[in-house]
Amino acid sequence: MAEEQRFRSACGAPIALRRRQHSASCRELAVRGPRLQLRSLSAATSAVWLAAYGLFALSENSVVLSAAIFISLIGLIIYLHFVKIDQESLLVIGSLGIQVTSSYASGKESTTFIEMGQVKDVVINEAIHMQKVIYYLCILLQDPEDPQGVSEVVPLFQSSKPRLDCLIEVYKSCQEILEQRKTAPQSSGIK
Amino acid sequence: MVLKVFFPSCCSSADSGILIGRWLSEQSSAVVLAVVHFPFIPVQVKQYLGEVQHLTKVSLSVLGSWSNSKQEKEEGLSEFLEDLGTIFSHEPWIQISKEGDSKFWSCSTLQKHSSSPKEEEVILVYYDQRKVMLSHLHPPLDTGDGRAEDASKLSAIFDTVARSRVLFMTDRYDEGPIKLTHWQSEGVEASIIVELLKQTSVPACMLLTFLLSLVSGICRSRVLKFWPLSFLWSKLSTCEQLGHRLQHLQVISSNKKAQTQTQLMRKANIFVSLLIDVALGILLMSWLYRKNRIGHLADTLIPVADHVAEELQDLLQWLMGAPAGLKMNRALDQVLGRFFLYHIHLWISYIHLMSPFIEMILWYVGLSACLGLTVALCILSDIIALLTFHIYCFYVYGARLYCLKIYGLSSLWRLFRGKKWNVLRQRVDSCSYDLDQLRLLVVIVQGLIHLLVDLIDSLPLYSLILRLCRSYRLAAGVKFRVLEQQDGKPLRLLMQINPLSYGAVVQTYRLPTYSCYPKDSWASLCKKLFLGELIYPWKHKGEKQD
Repeated sequence: MAEEQRFRSACGAPIALRRRQHSASCRELAVRGPRLQLRSLSAATSAVWLAAYGLFALSENSVVLSAAIFISLIGLIIYLHFVKIDQESLLVIGSLGIQVTSSYASGKESTTFIEMGQVKDVVINEAIHMQKVIYYLCILLQDPEDPQGVSEVVPLFQSSKPRLDCLIEVYKSCQEILEQRKTAPQSSGIK
Repeated sequence: MVLKVFFPSCCSSADSGILIGRWLSEQSSAVVLAVVHFPFIPVQVKQYLGEVQHLTKVSLSVLGSWSNSKQEKEEGLSEFLEDLGTIFSHEPWIQISKEGDSKFWSCSTLQKHSSSPKEEEVILVYYDQRKVMLSHLHPPLDTGDGRAEDASKLSAIFDTVARSRVLFMTDRYDEGPIKLTHWQSEGVEASIIVELLKQTSVPACMLLTFLLSLVSGICRSRVLKFWPLSFLWSKLSTCEQLGHRLQHLQVISSNKKAQTQTQLMRKANIFVSLLIDVALGILLMSWLYRKNRIGHLADTLIPVADHVAEELQDLLQWLMGAPAGLKMNRALDQVLGRFFLYHIHLWISYIHLMSPFIEMILWYVGLSACLGLTVALCILSDIIALLTFHIYCFYVYGARLYCLKIYGLSSLWRLFRGKKWNVLRQRVDSCSYDLDQLRLLVVIVQGLIHLLVDLIDSLPLYSLILRLCRSYRLAAGVKFRVLEQQDGKPLRLLMQINPLSYGAVVQTYRLPTYSCYPKDSWASLCKKLFLGELIYPWKHKGEKQD
């Protein structure tokens, strides 16, 4: 079952949260950011080409024009493949782990899987960023030596930066699954 | 706890039978390795499992039953399968059944000694057996002391499949009492080329070891150990690079099999790196020896040296006068200027003395490019160093005087701030001759050459090619994909291997080198130039130990 809700990101851009429940202990939460706008793309390309044409008028060298085309193509490819993140999703599988996926505009997906044994908790944290205070969701990883300690903090949804209302929905969904591992019979004692 | 069943994708279409594999009780996971088909005798199955367990040291057992009914469900079969559960007592007894061509299987467990008879949730995870067997998992955290009980759950699964190689060696053409289905059951894979290579590698290694021992014996002989010669060998980068390559060859030709993954990758990396190096060197040689390029090179060398010397002499004459209108200490200027001019005169005389032999020397030295591109680059670097030695001498004198001046200025600054110190009355004014620019250029060129040689030496080419072509062999982790679901059926997941990133491959498998310009010291190089500390272009770090 899938449901989609609209929210706003920290900068005010519209984002969409989609929740899917695959089974009793498996949930997928995906935050989709705004797509690449045609007008910003054409504005950037026209600016680069106008500047190149101006240089060409000054220097009478046609290499400038071909260089501008080359640069804008390569720049667009790099932007789509390495910078622009379309969708960030979180797949929580109770008793297996949490999988964090970022899908780029070119279709590339970069995935990280964190095992449930390493996850201490999922919390909402505050951070001061320039002149704003923003909230972000993060996974706390267990320190193997110290049962009370935290070895690493993995921030989630860094590119779409949802606001607190969206984060609370995600937090509630995650905690429902994480609670199941506390109520499960402790079989870790059997070697 | 949720029960997880790791099922190999190759067994999805196998006939009915029983499942064998490993049960990990602390994670409540069952790793299915193969399916044993009917008919079988339970005693023989247990005996076979015992033999395999003895060989692989992995605790195998019969985990449950698998029924693949192509027609409609057979009634008697389900009772028969439950009865099997009593023969092979395993807690819990897993029953997976597939009807016709349906994607959605039903999975149930039988618990005989269950305290709470509730229905457990089951997750079915499909995995590619061949890829998981060949893959090597790289842990993200640096657990130096590898505690077994804290080892991640996934590495236990990868470990189980990797160590059960013996189980996958029997295929359906073997005449045995047991009929198995796994990834190799259609026929064991082998390659003639690989077998041939394995047969020839042993005598080839022995021959190589013998030759290398001869060569290293000659190198270590007493003749080459006298003081001027040994000083020269240690300063020339060519000799150091040759020694490095000799060591690499010794690593490859040793008879011991590599014990761990890192050792195996290291050997493979060295081998591929050597091959490509020699190939590029021979290519360079074939280009260099055509159309008498060596002769052209020798002809241009002397005029270039003359030209540089003339420029230097002009520069010194200018500095000895009134450069840019500055008034300087005349006596010191004359002394230093004449001293440097005499240096240049001596150097040019030596170069002219050697000029008839340059072409022959270059021709024979160029032959050594067949030992590798890195050796050719090192020779180039050494030639540059030898030709610009006089400039280096000027730099040393100038830098020392400049350094003194800087110390003097800094002590005056301390005095100005009110602290008492030994006031060093500085008598030397501007000694910052513009030789630094030429010296800087030479240092940069030498540094670039050394950097290139280091890069070629330390780049793990085999690992990078493996990451490109067989990315599942180097795994950073796994990723799960949720397949189609149906209510009432267990959750279906597909487990795929997440390959290591290229940066992590280079970082994990880079070969140790002698580096005198490591990447992070370009800043310290600039700092040294500015402050007047001496730069030794031939100083090497001590040998890095693993």
